[in-house]
Amino acid sequence: MTGLLIAALVVPALGALVVALLPNASDRGARIVATVFAAINLLVVLPLGLDRGHGRFWTETDHSWVPALNIEFHLGVDGVSYPLIVLTALLTLLCCAYTVWNVPEGGSGRTLAALLLVLEVGILGTFLALDLVLFFLFFEVVLLPMYAVIAGWGGEDRRPAARKFVLYTLFGSVLLLLGVLTVTVAAGTGDMGELAGGNGLSRSTQYAAFALFAVAFAVKAPLWPLHTWLPDAHTQAPTVGSVILAGVLLKMGTYGLIRIGVGVTPLGAHWAAPVLGILAAAAILAGALICLRQTELKRLIAYSSVGHMGFVLLGIATLTVTGLQAALLGNIAHGLITGLLFFLAGALKDRAHTGNLADLGGLRETAPRLAGLLGFAAIASLGLPGLAGFWGEAFAVVGSVERGGGLWTTLGVLAAVGGALTAAYFLRLLRKVSHGPAGPVVLKLSPAIAGPEWTAWAPLVVLVLAVGLVPALVLAATADPMQALTGVLR
Amino acid sequence: MSTGATGLLIPGVPLLLGLVGLLLPAGDREPRRTAAALGIFGAAASLFVTLLLLLFAHKPLEFSQHWVSFGSIDITYGFSAGVAALYIAIAVGVVALFVQIYSVAYLNDDPRYAPYAAQVSLFTGAMLLVVTSSDLIGVLIGWEVMGACSYLLIGHDRRLPEAPAAAVKAFLVTRVGDVGFLLGVALLIIDAGTSRISVLLTEPPHTAALLLILAGVAGKSAQFPLHTWLPDAMAGPTPISALIHAATMVAAGVYVVFRLYPLYEQSPTALAVLGVAAAITILLGALSATSQDDMKRVLAWSTVSQIGYMTGALAVGSPAAALFHLLTHAAFKALLFLAAGAVIHTVGTNYLSRMGGLRRSMPVTFWSFVIGLGALAGVPPLAGFWSKENVLTAAAHATESGGGPAPIWVGWVVWLSALFAVSITAWYATRLLLRAFFGVSRAGPEWEIGFDDARYHRPAKPHDPPGLMRWPILLLTIPAALLGFAAYAPGFRTALELDQPHLDVAIVLPLVLLAAGAGAAWWLWTAVPGVDPALALGPARRVFEHGFYLDNLQDRLVVRPVRALGNLITATDEHVVDAAVEGSGTTTSGLGGLLNAAHRIALPGAALVLFAGALVLGAIAVGVST
Repeated sequence: MTGLLIAALVVPALGALVVALLPNASDRGARIVATVFAAINLLVVLPLGLDRGHGRFWTETDHSWVPALNIEFHLGVDGVSYPLIVLTALLTLLCCAYTVWNVPEGGSGRTLAALLLVLEVGILGTFLALDLVLFFLFFEVVLLPMYAVIAGWGGEDRRPAARKFVLYTLFGSVLLLLGVLTVTVAAGTGDMGELAGGNGLSRSTQYAAFALFAVAFAVKAPLWPLHTWLPDAHTQAPTVGSVILAGVLLKMGTYGLIRIGVGVTPLGAHWAAPVLGILAAAAILAGALICLRQTELKRLIAYSSVGHMGFVLLGIATLTVTGLQAALLGNIAHGLITGLLFFLAGALKDRAHTGNLADLGGLRETAPRLAGLLGFAAIASLGLPGLAGFWGEAFAVVGSVERGGGLWTTLGVLAAVGGALTAAYFLRLLRKVSHGPAGPVVLKLSPAIAGPEWTAWAPLVVLVLAVGLVPALVLAATADPMQALTGVLR
Repeated sequence: MSTGATGLLIPGVPLLLGLVGLLLPAGDREPRRTAAALGIFGAAASLFVTLLLLLFAHKPLEFSQHWVSFGSIDITYGFSAGVAALYIAIAVGVVALFVQIYSVAYLNDDPRYAPYAAQVSLFTGAMLLVVTSSDLIGVLIGWEVMGACSYLLIGHDRRLPEAPAAAVKAFLVTRVGDVGFLLGVALLIIDAGTSRISVLLTEPPHTAALLLILAGVAGKSAQFPLHTWLPDAMAGPTPISALIHAATMVAAGVYVVFRLYPLYEQSPTALAVLGVAAAITILLGALSATSQDDMKRVLAWSTVSQIGYMTGALAVGSPAAALFHLLTHAAFKALLFLAAGAVIHTVGTNYLSRMGGLRRSMPVTFWSFVIGLGALAGVPPLAGFWSKENVLTAAAHATESGGGPAPIWVGWVVWLSALFAVSITAWYATRLLLRAFFGVSRAGPEWEIGFDDARYHRPAKPHDPPGLMRWPILLLTIPAALLGFAAYAPGFRTALELDQPHLDVAIVLPLVLLAAGAGAAWWLWTAVPGVDPALALGPARRVFEHGFYLDNLQDRLVVRPVRALGNLITATDEHVVDAAVEGSGTTTSGLGGLLNAAHRIALPGAALVLFAGALVLGAIAVGVST
């Protein structure tokens, strides 16, 4: 099993290398090779969930790396990271497969596929790392490939958007590095296992470190008002870029907040929780209200991420087991649903050559299947019970009310109101895009959905329903780690 | 498999077949048949299982399994139903089955029939989930899936410009109520540590939670002030109106209060709120129904009013009367809507002002209407008479001290408004019958506007509908006429815990009011033949027609402020939050530019700066060394 941990990082890295070295002539062949590597990697990470040992982590591997600085190559997987790891491997595979069929304008397809695999290395490394410095390194690996994807294959205003993305998140990374150094210097180790529960860290160190972590992860997640890089980046990124960005990249922020923020500096988390909660509720409401006024399809979906991640962050901020579990589930659900939404938005924009809601009316007249899928994704995203989005959002509210007291009850109420507003903007979206008479743009678009598109979308559709009906798929092994996290605070 | 687990099939089969039906390809012939078969089989199978359980199983049935845990809160799934719940499930199943059969003919040339039939199946399954779930989260799932399906179905008709807006309104208004519902559920399950209803009912009542749940109930059951979506929802195809009004959706709210009644019973505050809302709703619905020109809108407002009777019965402490009225209402309202569909299908308009004289050409439809409207108004011995009598008796009983769990004044409020509404109901029912079926035909060539959801094929002459539409109507006349006598069946009565009907002097007052209302409408009609009796209402007519302008109020107080807030926040996000970020970027590059420019100044200036720098450094060095 420990071999698989290493393999999960080596396979995509090797894949990226192979794809990059393949001769230029066989671009399509290179993309197929990339897809094969992504598929192999999904098969590599899936068995990690088979052996759920009795320790803190199901599987871990620990090698001394830079002994002088006490840096270890420590990887591991548990119930918290496993669903995210599988989601990453799955979305990378779907995106690579999609790239075989459709390469956005701007560069060669195989370079894009190789970059997707590099991204996978970084994201999987972030979710697997159990050493703070290692975590930071993987966290940074993601940055430049994503920049390249946006700047290389994006929409019309891709360069400013990519620059904003990279500078803004780099600012977050600086704070993360400071936080990591603060903790490792104070404790003499960066091992998350040893640091669990804030072991060996004084109260003031935890406060300072958490403040740094919180801002760093809040940029990534993103948390209002540190979110403004997101709409531009999502809107300008190519379809596969948006899918990866929304599907898993944002989760690095929330995962980091749970694993490191709450895990390593629990006192700091407890101290700052009200602020986080207030900002999360503000994100939910502001995201929803802004979405009500959006006129561009991808931008609307991008802003909806702000609201949805607000629910995840609210769940974390409650520091209750209920809220944290809701956050973990919300993470996965958002990855699946928003991934699907961005795929559909991309397909729509490819066909109609516009994302302007005013021009897209009447889709169900000419392309009933596409409209149906968009309707499904939108209804899932507004948190319809029985689909994946419901659990995370409803139980973030429950967790908040459970925490009790005036502040948290108010935040729960506000979040519930935000849920109604979420319905409002998604219904507005459907009304504009799906209903009404078909305009000239929509009348011209081709309704047929290509085989590769089905291949990329069908798993997401099925998983949205499956996670909705069997939330235990994600939550099965999260109760104990979350108990451990919150147990420290009692 | 235990008997209780069999019950999971009741919501499970229509839900599953609905999902399968959504996958059917678009097309006319084969998919159409498959879709119809899936829809009809789903409703029939679930009805069959319900009947089996009702006849042969040992009740109450209970089956519960662990589903998932969030922290210390255990969520379960399962089936639980007593005889009363099975009765409701039968009503749902029967109406859904008839609606499915009827729709085959009604939408006979609609290319989007397949998703329609699948959505009806999902809708039915969701309602059955609300009725039979043993867990509050299961109820919530069915509750919201119904909202989504109502949205899809109301927005079904592509040719109605108002349909998409009506669909959004239906989902959104109920969703606003569901904010309360979700919070109420949250409070209840946090207290109990589980969402299993049988456990929740043993907890002490939590008034705030119960009040919050009432918000959701008001949304789903179209109670004041969240009733505004229901009249607009008439933009949906007529069979959908039948489904929404008769057995699903609006009944769900009443049913949930019934399900949680052991808690409500202990909270006079919650019952008082429910009672006041019910009294307002009864009158609001009845008065608004008096002046509608659209036949379906008359029926829609009558639903609002009749659901008020049910919540009123709940508020005065008689869940049995509420359920009884729910069952009879399901029968006669389904009948009325399906019969209205037959009228609309054949004359091509919803407007009463363009009907008239249909009695001769559509005798079957006419007599169905007579029975349906008679039951609605409460004419003995039709079904509505018995159940309404039950509600009135319960309310009258609650006006005596110690008569019920609610405060006495609530009893008075509900009783008086229910009594008053009896005559209004008789008035508008008579008006509807006269305007549509009596007098001379007011058909004209200008029929092209308005709700025309069924205008697929307009025959030269109005006639009774084809068999697939006629039979469901005819069969529904039976319960609409006779279901009231079930109150004399001991088994039925014990299941609902209903009192024996007592036909004493107390029924004289409602009957007098009924005769007065119907007589007034009749007199107005005969005094000036062919003129709308509603004109006699004078200036009040417009107020009633617009539902007391509450839509406008809602627009002013909720919709526009939210929009304005959206604009404000969007502007803030762009011009403050993002501008700060962009500003930090431009400031940095600006500073960089300045420094850059400083490095490129001409030689004399540069020499000056260099010497000045040397001087400063020298001074510091001297200062430090001394």
